[in-house]
Amino acid sequence: MEQFNFREIQERPDRLAPGHRMCAGCGGTIAVRNVLKALHPGDKAVVGNATGCLEVSTYMYPYTAYEDSYIHSAFENAGATLSGVETAYHLLRKKGKLSSEYKFITFGGDGGTYDIGLQSLSGAMERGHDMVYVCYDNGAYMNTGVQRSSATPMYADTTTTPSGRQSDGKPQMRKDLTAVMAAHNIPYVGQTTFIGNMKDLYVKSERAIYTQGPAFLNVLAPCPRGWKYDTADIMEICRLAVETCYWPLFEIVDGKWILNYKPKKKLPLEDFLVKQGRFKHLFTPGNEHLLESFQKETDRRWEELLQRCEA
Amino acid sequence: MAIRTRMSGNEAVAHAIKQINPDVMPAFPITPSTEIPQFVASMIANGEVDTEFIPVESEHSAMSATMGASAAGVRAITATSSCGLALMWEVLYVAASSRLPIVMALVNRGLTGPLNINAEHSDSMGARDSGWIQIYAENNQEAYDNFLQAHRIAEHKDVQLPVMICQDGFITSHAVENITLWEDEPIKRFVGEYHPEHYLLNENEPMAVGPYAVSSYCMEAKKAQAQAMMNAKQVILDVAKEFEEVTGQHYGLFEGYQLEDAEYAVVAIGSVCGTIKDSIDALREKGVKVGLLKVRVFRPFPGKEMAEALKHCKAIGIMDRAESYSGNGGPLGAELTAALYQAKVTAETVNIMYGLSGRDVRVEDMEEVFGWLEKMAAGELHFDEYPYLGLRTR
Repeated sequence: MEQFNFREIQERPDRLAPGHRMCAGCGGTIAVRNVLKALHPGDKAVVGNATGCLEVSTYMYPYTAYEDSYIHSAFENAGATLSGVETAYHLLRKKGKLSSEYKFITFGGDGGTYDIGLQSLSGAMERGHDMVYVCYDNGAYMNTGVQRSSATPMYADTTTTPSGRQSDGKPQMRKDLTAVMAAHNIPYVGQTTFIGNMKDLYVKSERAIYTQGPAFLNVLAPCPRGWKYDTADIMEICRLAVETCYWPLFEIVDGKWILNYKPKKKLPLEDFLVKQGRFKHLFTPGNEHLLESFQKETDRRWEELLQRCEA
Repeated sequence: MAIRTRMSGNEAVAHAIKQINPDVMPAFPITPSTEIPQFVASMIANGEVDTEFIPVESEHSAMSATMGASAAGVRAITATSSCGLALMWEVLYVAASSRLPIVMALVNRGLTGPLNINAEHSDSMGARDSGWIQIYAENNQEAYDNFLQAHRIAEHKDVQLPVMICQDGFITSHAVENITLWEDEPIKRFVGEYHPEHYLLNENEPMAVGPYAVSSYCMEAKKAQAQAMMNAKQVILDVAKEFEEVTGQHYGLFEGYQLEDAEYAVVAIGSVCGTIKDSIDALREKGVKVGLLKVRVFRPFPGKEMAEALKHCKAIGIMDRAESYSGNGGPLGAELTAALYQAKVTAETVNIMYGLSGRDVRVEDMEEVFGWLEKMAAGELHFDEYPYLGLRTR
C-alpha cells in the first residue's frame, strides 16, 4: 500500500472527467471519482457499470466521461459482464498478446447491486474473478424516481413506500449487503463513506483494487433528491451516519472483521435522520416509538458488528 | 484427409469448437445443449484447446460475460437452448446493438408452457428480432459446417453481428449420424485469426461500449444495424463459397430439393427436411411433382430470393415449428407469405403447424401435406384456419 498523501492524490487527474451530467452534490459521482483516484497513475483499467443514474449521465452517446475503457450492458449484469472482460484479459495475457496490466472495477447503485444484480454479482465474486465491485449505495432506485430498494433504511419515505396516514414509510429493515458479500469468503470486503479528507474511501479503494481476486466495496453515497437535504450538507450527513453507527466503517480482510472507526461517544440516530426530509414524518408527535424501534435496530446491528470485529 | 465418422450434433459442434479454438466460453447447462459446454470443458481439461471456460450462474450471466469477453477483444462463444435463450433475451439485443461478433450454438427446444425438453423452434423464433443472424441445420453435418462458417460471417467488417447456429434438439443434437470431419489445418486457415478493430483491451486506444443514446442518435444506430443485417446476406454467400473451396460442401441461403419443376412445394426449417425429402422421393416415383425449399438462413430473411425460387409453384405449404399465438400462424408463415405477396407470387399457400414439443413427423404425414397442396391447387380444399399436423384427436 502507498502512503496516503492527500495533496498528491487530489492532484491526480480525474479518470471521471468533468462534463458528465450527474446532479450537483451527487454522492455517486464523489464515490466514482475517488475510487478511480486510487488507481496508481499509469495503471490501466476497464470500468464496468450497471444501468442507473451513473450510466445514463456519464456515457451519453457520443461522449464518454471516462478516461479508461468502459462497458455498460444492462441493469442486472454488471458483475457478469466485467467477469467476461477480465477472463478475456487473462486469456490475452496467457497468449502473450497483451503486455499492459489492467485493473477491473465495476460500479452499480444499490438497485443494480442489492436487488436486480445480486445474482450476477454473487456469481462473479464466487468464481473468483480479479475485479472490484463498487456499490454506491444511495438507498433507493434514484434513477427512476426514488423507489424503495432492499438498501432503503426502515421508515424512509420513498415513492413506493410513501409515508401517509396509514403508512410509516418503508416497513422493512435494510439488507446488510456488506455482510452478505463477506459470506462469499472473498479476500476483501470494505464498507465506507465520505469522511474528512476521504482517506478511508481512498485506502479501502486502493486495497480493493490491488487485492488479488474478487473484492467488494460498499460506499454510502447520499442522494440529495432522494434523501431531501441541502446539497452542502453531504459531508455532515455522512459524518453523522458514521457517528450514530448507522453506517459503521469496517472491512473484512481474508475473513477477518476489522472495525476501522469507533465513535468516542455514539450519537443518537435522530441526529442523522433529522437532517433528511425522507424521515420528516418520524419527528411528528406520536411517532416517537418509530424512532425508538429504529434506534434499537441500529444498536443491535452495531453490537453484532462489534462482536464480529472483536472475535 | 477428411475423416468419415459418426457422431451426434452436439459432438459435431464441439468438434467445430475444438478446431476454431475460441478464446472465452461462458455457459450454463440446459437440456439439450448441455453436452456442448461439457465437451469444451473436457477439451480444456485435456489441454486440447486454449479456451477459458466461465461456469456462470445463469444464462443471463452467460450472455453478459460473453458480451464482456467479446467487447474486450477476443473470440467469445456460448451455447444454450429454450428457456436459457429466453433468460438471455435482454442481453441478446444489447450484444447485437453493440455489434459484437459472438457465436452461439443454439440447440432448439420449445419454451416452457408446459415444460417440455424436445425439439421446437419457439426459442430462436422468439429471438428472431433481436438482431442476431440465424442459420439452421438439417443434420449434424450442417450443424458442424455452419458453426465453422459462423465466425467469418460475424466478424466480417460489413456485418459485425452475432450469429446463432441452430440445430434441432435431440433429433439432431443427440442422434448419432454419419459425418465428414474436415482436416484441422485447412479449417484453421479458413477460420483465421481474429483481429478486432476496436476493443476494450486495446492498449493504445481506450474504448467505451454500451452508451445511453438519445433520440437524436439512436435511430441512426438502429438503421446501421439493419443495414449490417442486409449486408450479411452477401457475406454468408461469400463465406459459403470459400468453405466450398475448402471442403466441397455447398451452402446457400436456402436449399432447393426437387424444387425447380415442383408444382407443389413445402418450405421448412431444420431436421424435418430429411423426412420431407424421403416423402418427395416416394411421391416423385409416383409422378407427382413435389419439392422442398429448406430454409438455412432465417436472419437475414431471404424473402425475395425464396419468392423467386417458388414463383412457379401452384401451391405452397409453409411449415412452422413455433407458434406465434397470433391467431394467424407461425413466424415463417407470416414472413414468407408477405414476401410472396410482395413478389406477386399468387400460388395457394397454407401455413402448417408441425412438430411442436417434439411431436414426430413421419413420411406419411408429409405425403398427407402434399395431398392437401394438390387439392388446394385444384380448388378442392381451403383452410379457414392454419392446420396442425399430427394433432391427437382423442
